[in-house]
Amino acid sequence: MITFDDVTISYTESAPVLRNASFTIREGDLCVVVGRTGSGKSTMLGAINGLVPHFTGGHLSGEVRVDGRSTRHHRPRDMADVVGYVGQDPITGFVTDVVEDEVAYGMEQLGIPPTAMRKRVEETLDLMGIAELRRRPLMALSGGQQQRVAIASVLAAQPRVVVLDEPTSALDPTAAQDVLSAITTLVHEVGLTVVLAEHRLERVMHAADSMLWLTGDGRAELGDPRDVLAVASVVPPLADLAHSLGWGRVPLSVREARREVAELGLVPQVTPPTTPTPGPVAAWVEKLTVRYGSTVALDEVSLSFHSGQVTALMGRNGAGKSTLLWAMQGAISGRGRVEVDGMDPRKTKPAEVRTHIALVPQTPGDLLYLPTVAEECEQADRESEAPAGSTRALLDELGLALDPHANPRDLSEGQRLGLVLAIQLVANPRVLLLDEPTRGLDYSMKHQLTGILQRLATQGTCILVSTHDVEFAAASSTRTVVLGDGEVVADGPTREVCTSSPAFSPQVAKVFFPHPVLTTADLTDAGLGVARG
Amino acid sequence: MGAAMAASTSNNPLFLGLLLTAVIMVVLNRRTDAPWARAVGAYLTLALIVIIFRVALMALLGGRRDGVVLFTLPEIPLPAWAAGIRFGGPVTANALLAAGYDGLRLASLMVCIGAANTLANPRQALKSVPAALNQLSVAVIIALALAPQLVESLLRIRRARRLRGGAGTGWRAVKAVLVPVLEDALDRSMRLAAAMESRGYGRAVDSRGQAWPTSLLLILSLCGLVFSTYALLSMPELGRLPWAILGASVVGVMAGLHLAGRSHRSTRYRPHRWRPNDTILVALGVGAAALAFWLQQDHYAVMNPRTTPLQWPQLHGAMLLAVAMLALPAFITPPPATRTTAHRKKAAR
Repeated sequence: MITFDDVTISYTESAPVLRNASFTIREGDLCVVVGRTGSGKSTMLGAINGLVPHFTGGHLSGEVRVDGRSTRHHRPRDMADVVGYVGQDPITGFVTDVVEDEVAYGMEQLGIPPTAMRKRVEETLDLMGIAELRRRPLMALSGGQQQRVAIASVLAAQPRVVVLDEPTSALDPTAAQDVLSAITTLVHEVGLTVVLAEHRLERVMHAADSMLWLTGDGRAELGDPRDVLAVASVVPPLADLAHSLGWGRVPLSVREARREVAELGLVPQVTPPTTPTPGPVAAWVEKLTVRYGSTVALDEVSLSFHSGQVTALMGRNGAGKSTLLWAMQGAISGRGRVEVDGMDPRKTKPAEVRTHIALVPQTPGDLLYLPTVAEECEQADRESEAPAGSTRALLDELGLALDPHANPRDLSEGQRLGLVLAIQLVANPRVLLLDEPTRGLDYSMKHQLTGILQRLATQGTCILVSTHDVEFAAASSTRTVVLGDGEVVADGPTREVCTSSPAFSPQVAKVFFPHPVLTTADLTDAGLGVARG
Repeated sequence: MGAAMAASTSNNPLFLGLLLTAVIMVVLNRRTDAPWARAVGAYLTLALIVIIFRVALMALLGGRRDGVVLFTLPEIPLPAWAAGIRFGGPVTANALLAAGYDGLRLASLMVCIGAANTLANPRQALKSVPAALNQLSVAVIIALALAPQLVESLLRIRRARRLRGGAGTGWRAVKAVLVPVLEDALDRSMRLAAAMESRGYGRAVDSRGQAWPTSLLLILSLCGLVFSTYALLSMPELGRLPWAILGASVVGVMAGLHLAGRSHRSTRYRPHRWRPNDTILVALGVGAAALAFWLQQDHYAVMNPRTTPLQWPQLHGAMLLAVAMLALPAFITPPPATRTTAHRKKAAR
């Protein structure tokens, strides 16, 4: 269906993203593209419908053919009836403002007669399960709904191939599940070929028919997901488990892994590590209520956070996670009491608040505005009245050797996060808040971030991380707070909260249930603590 | 729009006041609960600011110094190069009144345009644009889509500034907000463009074949249009000729647009149907504007009350008629299907 024939894609003055890549994705496959951040996943996806190089520039040699049509002779707009492309952030791709019009837009461009168009819109709305949203404004939809509308809007043109760039990265686990089930419906019921890139492989790999691994040095390897994952540099939790237990093929789902474990008769011998006693309370909120108009974002929330403790804040999109973080920082006022490090951040000058509490927002780039990394560092030194060079030193300490002359805008997602983290930490705050830091990070970057957070915690910093990523929460935190509808739903040690319900359970915990194993690290910590029974 | 034209012809505060009331009544009666419909307040505030600004400027700078002096501001002598402009000095009631009338006219114009904006979804309106102007309408759509997003990212980034201490004043602070906002906007528009490209935008345009004759026809007709209008206004000695050219040009433009539209193979989803009601609406608007024009021609003094000497503005029967015509849509048009009425209908079933 999709054929790459000796394709080399390069942008000026850098190594080619793809080098002499040749492979064929079969019709009706759900193909997952994996690779580390910056390995060219988006470029490869864009090449399928000709956005690369027609739209983005760069040089492409060789040939990409979809359903017999070559992107060499067809512009992306001419491919629209063969390839449907859904970009990373669906909301930036919406042209109209109402669900129904958005679905019809693509067909209007293809010149489909109004009667046929009307029928197809109805069918597509039903297929994606969004018929009841048809008159709603796009801006008022939740993230999962928006993503499904975006998929519906390319489906209406009846393409043979659908390309999705990180369809679930911004979604909470439940919404991600909705979107994925919609995608599997397309593959199984409609017979479409779907190519998608995803960082959180654990969400999609069980549905994958094939997997394309972009190695980062220009090679592309296509194969059975079990085999590809066994060698790929991208290591989802189950692959990590398979590696540490020496399995040759990686189980794709919890079910496969459980069967494997049962067959081998593995019984983990793990004594759960005792949670260290937390330090003194560094920040607390009492009966904090925040409203936006008529919606209640936080409803009389009372929590306290200890120094030296990493707390994960979880919950649905819109459950009030970000609001809690911003309220603790003092940027959002609300009723109730907030005290951080002995002061009320809402009544203190922002410059002084910085020295007590730091927040890394969801889009760290918002804080950066200077042309080079070095200038950003100097500016941060001045803002925090720290001796010159301290931010720079902190960056090195975090294990991030950034080129001082690089433009912060050109950094990768993870590097930018690191830079902002250093800028915020140089003020030496006792409390550190991170809002969705793992978005766009690959497994090894997440691992690095986990290490950084744990090191900061041992130095006595109180850390609060809001995240959708169960695996990251399990690996990095000792306490988990679950918010739902602005209220605290669960609060306790991560080990207990994460194993008590399947929605918040990491995959490895599900594999070994009911044994109290949380992550692969638990197994290795206990010195290969697996007995063959 | 008819109301806006009627407003532009008059200075009479009573007439304008009535007109404004009519327009606002229509808006309040027939607006939907969509986001663009909540902007009436903003337009009214803007109109009020215009009036105040106009009056304040008149008081400060003056222009006319005759008539009844209300109070005297200290006069600041300006250097010789600014001769003719006086800063401060006596403020007369006549001047203030004239400025107020003028401001009110401008304000009504703005409220009328704002009302049109509030009642009609701008995107819906753009759907009625001829196919040949598709490119233009899409540019407007993108601008419309980006505007609210720009505001959102501005708010987000200003909040983020606080995290770095919110320090810095002057140019640095502006830069700190502006750079990320513009970066964000550029990023978004690139992604929108990519999304539109990959969904087939523009593929329906068949640029080969009869493109250049159509363009030539359009250009010639437009030239004719410009020339004939100019001739009509300033060359009375040409007699009927300009009218003939004007007619031919209009036909030419229509034909050109139609031809250009034919090479466009895109279609419309659920196009807006033209109902008898719409015809009545248009007739009312045009009628009101025509009435106002007639008043302007025949009863100039009533439409533009003099401010020297001061006198109470008068009303004319025809003015009331025009206002009534503008207020009528509040009752004869069907109420919009807001979410609440839809719910009620469901409940009734």
